[in-house]
Amino acid sequence: MDVVVEPGLEHQAERARSRQGLLMGLPAMIYLFVFFVIPLGFVVMYSFATRTRTGRTELAGWNLEAYERLGETVVRAVAFRSLWIAAVTTILSLALAYPLAYFISTRRPATRNMLLVGVMIPFWSNFLIRTYAWRVLLDSDGIFTRIMSGAGLGDGRILFTNKAVIIGLVYGYLPFMVLPLYAAIERIDWSLVEGARDLYASGWSAFRRVVWPLSKPGVIAGSILVFVPSFGAYVTPAILGGNKKGLMGSYIVDQFMDARNGPLGSSLSVLVLVVMLMGTLVYFRQGGRSL
Amino acid sequence: MGKGVALSTAEPMGATRWLLRGHSALVYAFFYAPIIVLVFYSFNESHLVGRWSGFSLRWYEAFVQNDNIQSSLWVSVKICAASTVISVVLGTLAALSIERFRWWGQKAFDAVLYLPIIIPDVTMAVMMLVFFGETAQLFNVIPGVDLTNGLEKLVLSHVAFNISFVSVVVRARLANLDEAMEEAAADLYASRWQAFRRVTLPQIMPGVLGGALLAVTLSLDDVVVSSFVSAVGATPVSVYVFGMLRKGVSPLINAVSVVILAASMTLVMASLVLERATSSRKR
Amino acid sequence: MGDKGVAVGLSGVVKRFGDVTAVDNLDLDIRDGEFFSLLGPSGCGKTTTLRMIAGLELPTAGSIQIHGEEMGIRPPNKRPVNTVFQSYALFPHMNVARNVGFGLEMRKVDKAERETLVSWAIDLVEMGEMAHRKPAQLSGGQQQRVALARALVNRPEVLLLDEPLGALDLKLRQQMQHELKELQREVGITFVYVTHDQEEAVTMSDRIGVMHDGRLLQVDSPERIYEHPTTRFVADFIGQTNFLEATVASADEVVLANGDRLRLSTDHDGGAAVAVTVRPERLTVHGRGEAPGGTHGLDGVVDSVVYMGNAINYTISVDWMHLEVRCPATLAGDRKYEGDEVTVSFDPDHASVVIG
Repeated sequence: MDVVVEPGLEHQAERARSRQGLLMGLPAMIYLFVFFVIPLGFVVMYSFATRTRTGRTELAGWNLEAYERLGETVVRAVAFRSLWIAAVTTILSLALAYPLAYFISTRRPATRNMLLVGVMIPFWSNFLIRTYAWRVLLDSDGIFTRIMSGAGLGDGRILFTNKAVIIGLVYGYLPFMVLPLYAAIERIDWSLVEGARDLYASGWSAFRRVVWPLSKPGVIAGSILVFVPSFGAYVTPAILGGNKKGLMGSYIVDQFMDARNGPLGSSLSVLVLVVMLMGTLVYFRQGGRSL
Repeated sequence: MGKGVALSTAEPMGATRWLLRGHSALVYAFFYAPIIVLVFYSFNESHLVGRWSGFSLRWYEAFVQNDNIQSSLWVSVKICAASTVISVVLGTLAALSIERFRWWGQKAFDAVLYLPIIIPDVTMAVMMLVFFGETAQLFNVIPGVDLTNGLEKLVLSHVAFNISFVSVVVRARLANLDEAMEEAAADLYASRWQAFRRVTLPQIMPGVLGGALLAVTLSLDDVVVSSFVSAVGATPVSVYVFGMLRKGVSPLINAVSVVILAASMTLVMASLVLERATSSRKR
Repeated sequence: MGDKGVAVGLSGVVKRFGDVTAVDNLDLDIRDGEFFSLLGPSGCGKTTTLRMIAGLELPTAGSIQIHGEEMGIRPPNKRPVNTVFQSYALFPHMNVARNVGFGLEMRKVDKAERETLVSWAIDLVEMGEMAHRKPAQLSGGQQQRVALARALVNRPEVLLLDEPLGALDLKLRQQMQHELKELQREVGITFVYVTHDQEEAVTMSDRIGVMHDGRLLQVDSPERIYEHPTTRFVADFIGQTNFLEATVASADEVVLANGDRLRLSTDHDGGAAVAVTVRPERLTVHGRGEAPGGTHGLDGVVDSVVYMGNAINYTISVDWMHLEVRCPATLAGDRKYEGDEVTVSFDPDHASVVIG
């Protein structure tokens, strides 16, 4: 009559359940191990490997040369230029996106959904093609150029300059800024703002003291989502940029294509990875959860 | 939603209000003007990109007749289909495993699962290049596998980044799903499988479809990783177009771009309509 | 009640989550056909206990039997019980009828019988017109009814309810309390009801088990729990009360802190520190020295008077403590005022000795 549940049975049942969970994750785990973790390992190994005279990378004679080369003036210039461009892109995107996100979140639900779809469509459209569209606009014969010079706003020929790259990057990644900002602002409890309006009277200081702090997670998330890909961008500079070796993404690609310097290309990739990991860490520290 | 009081306080007054509206209108113009110009010029008769000389469909004809583009489109469709199917299955399973179970080593898996999302394209591309360079022969030993054929390498690397995106989308959906729902199913005599099939799956379906759409988009969008691993004879359309437009603008690219753009927009519109339909059935 | 069988028998049930003991050596028999409430503050282990009966959680040790049958590690889908969840957990993609029919469908009840049973259950909770609506189209109270029907349609041996009224507003909650009680009488199924609301437990239950920190402190009828609590926690948790510190003198006598001796039976050892608890409405206020015979009187001074409409609340300081007294307004003729010297009295039958 008094069959007692053995202390072990609860554990057994739990273990069976966790085994089931492990089994479900296993295919993806194995896949990512083989086709992501191992490749990553190879890149790290390459960064310590030796480059032969013919440009092959030999997994032997481990050394730090590729990392020492990161200190060289050329490499540093590339890194700083990339950081600079990524920073300008991020700030410009934030300046463009914040008012828009604010505007969208203060609409009525039906309007709001339509406006959001308006942001989603470029987000989901082909990135390459969207960048290419700027190439058409900025062409020396293009509309943008003609309007600029026609209006006497100076030389409109900015194609193949950093300006063009920044425009392209902002254009490409702006939805990544708008969407998290919208998500953060939309969640704000407006009765707080109402209360703040009572206390501070001016709408501006209510914004500064209530809305801005509450929307910060969105600002951080959006900034990282724009900064990281801008820093490693390859396609945009290749289409709109002038000096093809001037930025990180192109510089890395170049190490594998033309310069045939696997170790340097790998150490640069590791560098980019570290920058991105730090950015992400900051994001999670700030209490962000999903990307 | 439904914060009725909100809008009056949230909307700024006076000049700021109009500044905000004007700004938003300009940003939307910024979003769409380049696309509209591109579409407009794709119907240009002239072979000079910036000069309008009359309406013509000649560049679309050239597109249809260009075998290279046609075959690269076909390559893209194959890669996209295969990588989407594989990553949706693996990504959904991974999402369930992380959201619904507790097991040893789960945290580490979770972290690795995030990496492909935040890693820059270039790094991913380098990884794939180096990896296949070092291991292709090893894989070729397996009967039926031939990695000198670019197609398989492309599918393999697209799955590598798509699994993570799918799983994130599905997880977001799962996290919003009340776990009591599955308990209720079990309480009502459903077996594990029945509970999943009848209760969990129907509810995460929008997430699974959203993940699939994301996988399709990313696969079609990818230039960098693909150009690193593609081999002669298996060039996806994005890589092909990228190669063309690095050389300069041409009205032919305009036409190709508009076709690709139309395809991706149709996909998004279809999914939005679908979502609207399913959510309105729920209301 | 009386000699009916045991519907749910728990013996020596322990549940630990890591280092935390959620349920600590619980012994409990729930009788067949009764409305039993597990009452306690949040985190006391009541929900965990319910979940263990349902099979959603396995005990670390101990035995759970339903109608004498050992549950062991049997999964929830193989137990003869059904649960009404706190969040209702209705399936949003199915309409009311499909929700209610889900359990029958899983048990492969044939379609014709299923339809009869489903419409019986939907009518039982008066949701007939809503059968084809989706849960999102229903109000909280209506969802609650569907959740009930979905569980009851299976004619479980025991129905488990986890704070089912928690999400409803006060008025609806009171109405549902009444309906639930009626429903339980109608279907005659054993209800195990988890709540932290003492009023709810008192008005609905045949018996109440009060839990605190994973332990079952007292199992009794609502009247016994209210009038004769055995522990300080139970006395305090259920309604307002006064505690008079005391020590046990013998098996039928305690000594109050002021030295007064009081004839009260207790099973605590002599010398044990206890408290005598008396409800505010069991105390009466008289002029000094006018306490009727057979009662115990304590001299004091009126500290404050609060007029409540149907009653008057006095706070009276006797020499070592304050007493709360609740006087029905019908006795307003005897109304006392601040500073009045009075005697507060109570019948020892209305007092209980509690420990803790």
